[in-house]
Amino acid sequence: MSETLSFTIDGVAIEARPGQTILQAADDAGIYIPRLCAHKDLVPFGACRVCTVKVNGRPQAACTMPAAKGMVVENNTPELLEHRRRLIEMLFVEGNHYCMFCEKSGNCELQALAYRFGITAPRFPYLFPDRDVDASHPDVLIDRNRCILCARCVRASRDLDRKGVFQFVGRGARKKLWINAETELAGTNAAAEDRAVEVCPVGCLLKKRQGYATPIGRRLYDRRPIGSDIESRRPTPTT
Amino acid sequence: MSEFEQTVRQICSAFKNDRTRMMDIVQAVQARFGCVSGEALDVIASAVNTTRVEVQSTVSFYSFLTAQPKGRIVIRLCSDPVDEMAGMEPVARAFEAELGIRMGETTPDGAITLEWTPCIGMSDQAPAALINDVVVTYLSTDKAREIVAELRRSGDPRKLVHRLGDGHNAHPLVRSMVHNNVRRKGPVVLADLPPGAALRKALAMSPVEVIRDIKTARLRGRGGAGFPTGMKWEFTRQAEGDRKFVICNADEGEPGTFKDRVILTEYADLLFEGMAIAGYAIGAREGILYLRGEYAYLRPLLEHVLQVRRDAGLLGRDICGKRGVEFDIRIQLGAGAYVCGEETSLISSCEGLRGDPKNRPPFPAQKGYLGCPTSVNNVETFCCVARILDRGPGWFAEIGSKGSPGTKLFSVSGDCAAPGVYEYPFGVPLADLLRDVGAEDVQAVQVGGPSGQMVGPESFHRRLEYDDLATGGSIVVFNTSRDLVHVVARYLEFFVDESCGYCTPCRVGNVLMLRKIAEILAGRGAPSDVAYLTGLAECVKFTSRCGLGQTSPNPVLSLIRNFPTALEGRIRPPAGEFLPTFDVRRALADTERLVGRPSVIYAP
Repeated sequence: MSETLSFTIDGVAIEARPGQTILQAADDAGIYIPRLCAHKDLVPFGACRVCTVKVNGRPQAACTMPAAKGMVVENNTPELLEHRRRLIEMLFVEGNHYCMFCEKSGNCELQALAYRFGITAPRFPYLFPDRDVDASHPDVLIDRNRCILCARCVRASRDLDRKGVFQFVGRGARKKLWINAETELAGTNAAAEDRAVEVCPVGCLLKKRQGYATPIGRRLYDRRPIGSDIESRRPTPTT
Repeated sequence: MSEFEQTVRQICSAFKNDRTRMMDIVQAVQARFGCVSGEALDVIASAVNTTRVEVQSTVSFYSFLTAQPKGRIVIRLCSDPVDEMAGMEPVARAFEAELGIRMGETTPDGAITLEWTPCIGMSDQAPAALINDVVVTYLSTDKAREIVAELRRSGDPRKLVHRLGDGHNAHPLVRSMVHNNVRRKGPVVLADLPPGAALRKALAMSPVEVIRDIKTARLRGRGGAGFPTGMKWEFTRQAEGDRKFVICNADEGEPGTFKDRVILTEYADLLFEGMAIAGYAIGAREGILYLRGEYAYLRPLLEHVLQVRRDAGLLGRDICGKRGVEFDIRIQLGAGAYVCGEETSLISSCEGLRGDPKNRPPFPAQKGYLGCPTSVNNVETFCCVARILDRGPGWFAEIGSKGSPGTKLFSVSGDCAAPGVYEYPFGVPLADLLRDVGAEDVQAVQVGGPSGQMVGPESFHRRLEYDDLATGGSIVVFNTSRDLVHVVARYLEFFVDESCGYCTPCRVGNVLMLRKIAEILAGRGAPSDVAYLTGLAECVKFTSRCGLGQTSPNPVLSLIRNFPTALEGRIRPPAGEFLPTFDVRRALADTERLVGRPSVIYAP
């Protein structure tokens, strides 16, 4: 399996191992492709579409598209950045996101992406949906107002925790995160140590009694924008 | 064990406690108990060894499945714009008045539920409705009152059928008032074929030769995308795997299309013949007909046709006496989800899951149903296959136009004298079709349903074929009295209701487009709205995960590109200090009520 596949992203030559997605190969090469539903420990899902790139001229989600020899991938183009900006704004107006008092502020991937993209206010109207909060569990809180339906918890609970606590019910705009119990998370075997809780990119699944533990200025995205850890892997920075 | 649990477990065990048969299990539970209750979720989950929330996830996805009890009779009125044009609004009001409930409600005695449902495939006999599995057509306010009276009297929707339709609609296994409205027959699909004639010719060849014939005929998929059928079969044949599948997509859900319903009613033999040929060609022993839930009334007839074919040696083992050739077909009933017409969603549904599309690659030809190589083809495509094997690829390729050989069925509805099904050679100019259907004073034609495009008179010279005006067959005519912006809003409502919600652009973007169009309809459109809508539409089209989201912005884009004046007529430059979207009176209403006096500054 030492054979590699070469392709390009924005003209930069990339080597991918067979079986790698475009996103994984880009990560290894130090090229950041923005994403929300993708997570290194979880199977690709392709829901948020923020990682949409052009492959040989056609749109594809970088997180689900296998890298192939000779592919010409576009990532950092004005067209793609504009589409991504719209998608991020859609996620903001779809839920009820109040960064100023959210415990996840500073460590939230959605918020961090908005900063990276220079979004100060979405151009779309807020939809102000009516969503449930589930505080029944002694150690874990579900605030669906902040859920972006990325399915990280669904996948982590099923594949990593082997519990199957989370799944979606309903469809379309009425689709929502639900739990493997009649009404409340307390009725499941979820635990605060579950990977499902940890992988939530936003403030939907939170460990109780740990809010605001890190002072402003020392939080994950306070000093460097999201994606800079990946970009720092790049051997010869050109930008 | 309670009697309830025992019954639910019996149902599960009738499907071998196989969780991939979840659609059949939950439909059977609902048929028995009226809903799939929380208690049922637990029993099913335990019987098929999955989690409760997985079962709930499937049930909650489909509009014909319900966790809460509904009325013993569910009246589903078709909400399609064509039905609205044919007078559905007063019919709906008549049902409400007669039942004493509003749309979406159930009568207090728990007898009857009244709700909306998207296009039920009866646009040529609109307004129409489904009452449980019974189709009622050509509704009027008088008929609505009679229907409610009859349902109250007998409690049996079947008693509503007095005069039977033509052809097999009058078959004892169907007994429906539906009409075929076949207006123009062609040589490929709407023509007779002795059962087995084409299959025997196929079996006299090698599977590779059969695929070669389909390629020589240059047959392309009739669902709308137009992928070469022979190539799809070749990929499936060459894919690794002992177990392969042929699936027929009979989830005809595109608003305004109903031609598959006519094929299923009158030409099921031709369709099953094509499926058997496909099975032989790709090396599949198992076939599935995915039948949309709206066409459940055709299921007994289709099961009967399958049995007759088994008895005649055209399905089952050693087909036509040829040793080792085996193929059979089961029917999978859908449950009200347009997205399941997308082939990977359809596969998810067949597997007992939510109708979410799957990531591609891998394509179904590599990894489809249950992870096995699978070819999914349209109803009409299989009919073409049988005809090609019978008459020869050369004969077929001579019909139609260069890039689009053969004929195409069109479902024509809306403002025309003769709505119904028409079979034309590919390449027919839209103007010729409009003349034949008796369409006058035409403002716009929706070609290919809402996921297709809306064109005006400047495009009527164009040809109906893959390389020009491509369509899966839905043709809806709008005359000059119709409000196209309103029609677009209705189509967007449809996409909002039918989006699976998996990906961001389709789940959120369609809602945002609908909001803006509604603002414009309400007279609050601003000049900047055209650019706003274009940007949104392009984002949804570009970034959506499956065909639904990739085409749902088409009504908006068609309106902007082909009917700019329809939108601009609704938009006015800002008057005064506010944007048109901001209505100061509305914004102040709550405050004025609270303080009990009108605003001093913005007094009316």
